[in-house]
Amino acid sequence: MDRGAISVRDFSLWYGNFQALEDVNLESAAGKITSLIGPSGCGKSTLLRSVNRINERLGYVRTSGDINVLGHNITAPSVSKVQLGRRVGMVFQRPNPLPLSIRENILFGWKLHARGDDGVDMEAEVVERALQEVLLWDRVKDRLNDAAINLSLEEQQKLCIARLLPVKPDVLLMDEPCSALDPVATEAVESLLWGMRGKYTILLVTHNMAQARRASDDCAFMLMGKMVEAGPTAEMFVSPVKQETADYIEGRYG
Amino acid sequence: MFEASSREIRDQKLQAAWRRAFLFVTILLILPVGVILWILAMKGGPALSWAFFTDWPRDGMTAGGIFPALIGTLWLVGVALVASVPVGVAAAVYLSEYAPDNALTRLINLAIINLAGVPSIVHALFGVGAFVLFFNMGTSILAASLTLAVMTLPVVIVSTRESLQAVPRAFREACWSLGATRWQTIRHVVLPNSGSGILTGIILEVSRTVGETAPIMFTGAAFFLPILPSGVGDQTMAMSLHLFVVATQVPGVPVELPFGVALVLVGMVLALNAISIVFRTRLRRRKKW
Ligand SMILES: Nc1ncnc2c1ncn2[C@@H]1O[C@H](COP(=O)(O)OP(=O)(O)OP(=O)(O)O)[C@@H](O)[C@H]1O
Ligand SMILES: [Mg+2]
Repeated sequence: MDRGAISVRDFSLWYGNFQALEDVNLESAAGKITSLIGPSGCGKSTLLRSVNRINERLGYVRTSGDINVLGHNITAPSVSKVQLGRRVGMVFQRPNPLPLSIRENILFGWKLHARGDDGVDMEAEVVERALQEVLLWDRVKDRLNDAAINLSLEEQQKLCIARLLPVKPDVLLMDEPCSALDPVATEAVESLLWGMRGKYTILLVTHNMAQARRASDDCAFMLMGKMVEAGPTAEMFVSPVKQETADYIEGRYG
Repeated sequence: MFEASSREIRDQKLQAAWRRAFLFVTILLILPVGVILWILAMKGGPALSWAFFTDWPRDGMTAGGIFPALIGTLWLVGVALVASVPVGVAAAVYLSEYAPDNALTRLINLAIINLAGVPSIVHALFGVGAFVLFFNMGTSILAASLTLAVMTLPVVIVSTRESLQAVPRAFREACWSLGATRWQTIRHVVLPNSGSGILTGIILEVSRTVGETAPIMFTGAAFFLPILPSGVGDQTMAMSLHLFVVATQVPGVPVELPFGVALVLVGMVLALNAISIVFRTRLRRRKKW
């Protein structure tokens, strides 16, 4: 199996008695951006949050089926959520920098996981490299000790992406990363993601059809907890196989 | 064109009248506090001097200062804190961060709420039965402080749990998404961002502990002792009990003495509350979310 690929097989998930995902299948190629689209409440976030298993922290979640990440079944009982969190980073809808300085935000995950490997004296380099990668370095290099919360929303979201990078993840999960941003900021984050393609496998949830079309290689359409159709974005938007997909893409669903 | 109609004017007058009524009720609320403080200051003020804090009671407790009672209260409150804060914070962390939502957890929560409502004299009897007799501590600072600790534990647990739960879910998710363990999340994000609330709860606990009389009366506080306690196994004098004694148990006490003791006691409580308010506002100003 390809390194970096995510493959979801017959995956179902229940919140208590409510089934949010039903036999979902998805293949996401290494180094590509796969977008997840579908109406509100169809289970996009739930699927995304299953790939790094943070759903389970809620306590009342049950699953069946498999999810393979980098060729390993992450639903296996032997899987450590710490190691998984290291390989699979996540960005949320609302930028959620920790109430720390810019520098400390970048170093947070690195201190948890990678400092032992990289050496303590690497801090400055780690911070610079991560911020360079999200094109934020020149804007914040003089105020690394400022509170991250004072950055603009766009900068905050880029920081939230940047803080994943020092632990060297292979997969990035993005849950509507642009929905709190204005069009200009959205475009900036999109082009950033496009630039990170190849190095990371990205799973991108979006409500924005234009964004899915512009910024993803493959696309998957979900409806009421089920996977309706998945395939190369270009094909899906031009000639969808299923009627529901066509209706949604043309804006006939909410 | 834009003049108020007669009906609007009437409504405005009515609103103004209501506002004055609410203001009046609010003033009624502070009035007793103000009057108490004023009486204490008038009657107890003359007793205050440096020597009042540093001298021992003299002449069958009808003169002199409050030094051993002051030191005793510090002992009692200090040991009670050492016992209740770690237990209380640990219990709150468990209940807020780890406990599954099941029957046992709900039972524990119910028990905590009920424990907070138990009258202090009942805690006193529990302290006598459990610490003084069963655990054989005798009447001692240890027994009295543990009784105080049990009594204030629910306050610490509830206030700590509330401050932990006030930490936004987004912070926790940010930690989880970086692969932090539950404990790392608590240690690096949840606790540092709920510190002000936890501290406020602890200070309020202290201010309540300082004034309690019943729980220490039978478990470790004494009417009069000629020496200071040398450890937690000894009995001690205490401010609250000393006030009770000089106000009601000893004949021939000049009137300013009990009022002086009361003034110091109330002053300690007010000072602690003021500190907790200062702490809270300062820490709140530092964080922005
Ligand atoms: N923590 C939870 N507990 C219980 N039910 C939940 C929880 N989170 C989501 N759900 C339910 O699961 C279903 C799928 O939710 P999910 O958040 O995955 O949808 P979504 O596709 O991401 O929607 P949106 O586009 O609005 O973000 C919804 O019906 C939702 O009500
Ligand atoms: Mg969602």
